[in-house]
Amino acid sequence: MALTGLDIYKLLPKTNCKQCGQPTCLAFAMKLSQKQAELAACPHVSDQAKQALEAASRPPIRLVTVGVGDGRKIEVGNETVMCRHEKTFFHEPGYVVRIKDTAGDDEIAQTAAAIAAYGVERVGMDLRVSGVAVENASKNTAAFLKAVDLVKAAGDLSLVLMSADPAVMEAALAKSASSKPLIYAATKDNAAQMAALALKFKCPVAVCAEGLEAATALAEEVNKAGVEDIVLDPGTRGFADSLVTLTQLRRLALKKNFRPAGYPIITFPGEQASSPEEETLLAGQQVAKYAGIVVLERFDPSTIYPLLTLRQNIYTDPQKPIQMQPGIYTIGEPGTSSPVYVTTNFSLTYFSVAGEVEGSGLPSWLLVTDSEGLSVLTAWAAGKFDAEKIAKSAKTSGIADKVSHRKIIIPGHVATLRGELEDELSDWQIMVGPREAVDIPSFIKRTWN
Amino acid sequence: MPVVEIPTEKWKGKIREVTLGGGGRKTVVVGGETTLPFLHFEGEMPNRPVIAIEIQDCEPDWTGRLVSAWGDAVKDPASWAKAAAAAGADVIALSLESAHPDNQNTGAKEAEASVKKVLDAVDLPLMVFGPYVAEKDNEVLVAAADAARGTVVALGSCEEKNFRTIVAACLASGHVAIAKTPIEINLAKQLNILITDMGLPADRILMDPTTGALGYGLEYTYSVMERLRMAGLQGDGMTGLPIMVTPGEEAWRQKEAKAADGVPEAWGKIEDRAIIWEAMTATSLLLAGADVLVMRHPKAIELVRATVDKWMAK
Repeated sequence: MALTGLDIYKLLPKTNCKQCGQPTCLAFAMKLSQKQAELAACPHVSDQAKQALEAASRPPIRLVTVGVGDGRKIEVGNETVMCRHEKTFFHEPGYVVRIKDTAGDDEIAQTAAAIAAYGVERVGMDLRVSGVAVENASKNTAAFLKAVDLVKAAGDLSLVLMSADPAVMEAALAKSASSKPLIYAATKDNAAQMAALALKFKCPVAVCAEGLEAATALAEEVNKAGVEDIVLDPGTRGFADSLVTLTQLRRLALKKNFRPAGYPIITFPGEQASSPEEETLLAGQQVAKYAGIVVLERFDPSTIYPLLTLRQNIYTDPQKPIQMQPGIYTIGEPGTSSPVYVTTNFSLTYFSVAGEVEGSGLPSWLLVTDSEGLSVLTAWAAGKFDAEKIAKSAKTSGIADKVSHRKIIIPGHVATLRGELEDELSDWQIMVGPREAVDIPSFIKRTWN
Repeated sequence: MPVVEIPTEKWKGKIREVTLGGGGRKTVVVGGETTLPFLHFEGEMPNRPVIAIEIQDCEPDWTGRLVSAWGDAVKDPASWAKAAAAAGADVIALSLESAHPDNQNTGAKEAEASVKKVLDAVDLPLMVFGPYVAEKDNEVLVAAADAARGTVVALGSCEEKNFRTIVAACLASGHVAIAKTPIEINLAKQLNILITDMGLPADRILMDPTTGALGYGLEYTYSVMERLRMAGLQGDGMTGLPIMVTPGEEAWRQKEAKAADGVPEAWGKIEDRAIIWEAMTATSLLLAGADVLVMRHPKAIELVRATVDKWMAK
């Protein structure tokens, strides 16, 4: 639970020695509470105060890392809000795909390779699947080790090792600990041994127990054994129980500072799903509502791609809207006589305009101008979308080489820029489009021939 | 095992209940929540979210895969309404698309005929949408309101620029207004205030906060809905109204639902992806507080209904 400036002040020496760079201890305490200063800047702070402050500044949900691969490792936890509009969701959940060691060598290798190779670009971001959960379904150690090897050979995939047998787990960790796999799972029957393995190999461990109380009690037990990097599996596998339990865990961690609930959560949306679609919708729920690692039963681009898109949506910082790369975009296959529309690089503006232009049925050019991610009216009001900017993007984008006409359509909301633009772009005729994107199809039908 | 005390939110507000149908037709009630979606442990969700299936008064210009899912039914609003009822619609959402100036530019007379046809074909409650062109909306929705006198239908869209006409029609014929605003909480609240100032009771308003599809602004709609719902549960009477969203229309506008060729292989098979696109837009918005979903594809509808069943089971 965060301390206020006054709480912190009480723990400081109150000598106003200024060695921290602040004029008074109170000023330093205020800076600390706003996370604009580090406690280490104070040379005189007591150990007791240090401990108290560190405990208080610990995040309510621990940040846990699984895997080591660049752009592939899963870093989850450290969330601070229930709803994204309250601030943002920080660490997007990792998707991993379960592969059983009974699947056969070829299939294991092929699936792992397909997952490793999979990537899709969306609004300038490269979206990927994080890794593979290898399950010791065979109960055979050699088969498990073989499967782990095959998956590791596919690339830098993050690993979840699934076995209830500590001896099997130890053998697998001996080969793979350097890639920091998640140990799945400590249960009430093997918690002490799994905790010992987590410590020995410095790997995170998931605790699995039926229900919120059992899972948090087990997390506490494993934590008391000295393990810090814990992931919770409260055993919920359906829509309603998962929604309720994950909501309660997040609340307990954030609002009650209940430490045993303060860990990321792993889910298995496909385990009881009756179809791939059901698994996908449940995975989607868990992305929106509080999962950290989502284990899927199958790898299929037609369900992975919507899930990656949803995760990108939910984990976008509401204060920092997704921006489009400024430049020329094509709608359909435009030619030299196709219309040229100007708009801003706020993603939602772009999507609205692009959607309506596409709906008009007329292939077109879209000149996306850098408005620092603001919508048309906001950008105009803030001086980020003016005649100069539009003229610059028209001149530097090379649009003049793409079309034989010299007409450019600006958003109706900035009709007032027309005169200035005519000065800046003297070869061009400036057409004023509609104010709302939805009116583009009828506008273009009326004005373009 | 220690007993863990589960924190619960003590909301003091309740979302208003809005009733559609009646007058010899089936009735549907939406709203009434005293908690966030499906958190039955701390409050009531007395009415399950409903699915309105969208039909049009003319053959739709939808993508082929979506049109063929309905077969020949799309050729006539009455047969389409029956097909939608058979597909499990709770409500029929009739779009008077032919009234669009770029379509057939039909008017009041045709709107009245279409509404009567659909009312005669099925006994489900009705929502009627204009073509989203304010002047035409005024013309055809006023006619629709009159044609549906005696039962309660929801009329949309009722926006800042035309709300007076639509609200007057609701007042005259006893209907519900669908108040549409552009993804912004204060604008939504403001329009509700303007509408109630005209004398339409708040329990005759559905809010349409404007839907962004998965990948196309979903997060904006999602967060505005969460904020509206929480403000309503905190007791703000002008935001505590049921929410209607249009995942069908928005999802099926997107390339992901339409394009089989010329898209990255990483998008997967169009048949599966398109259905998921609509269904996941819908389920995500249900988690943010949607009470009424206007949907299009029978398979997506089936998936979403099964999901709601699971969320509502206590």
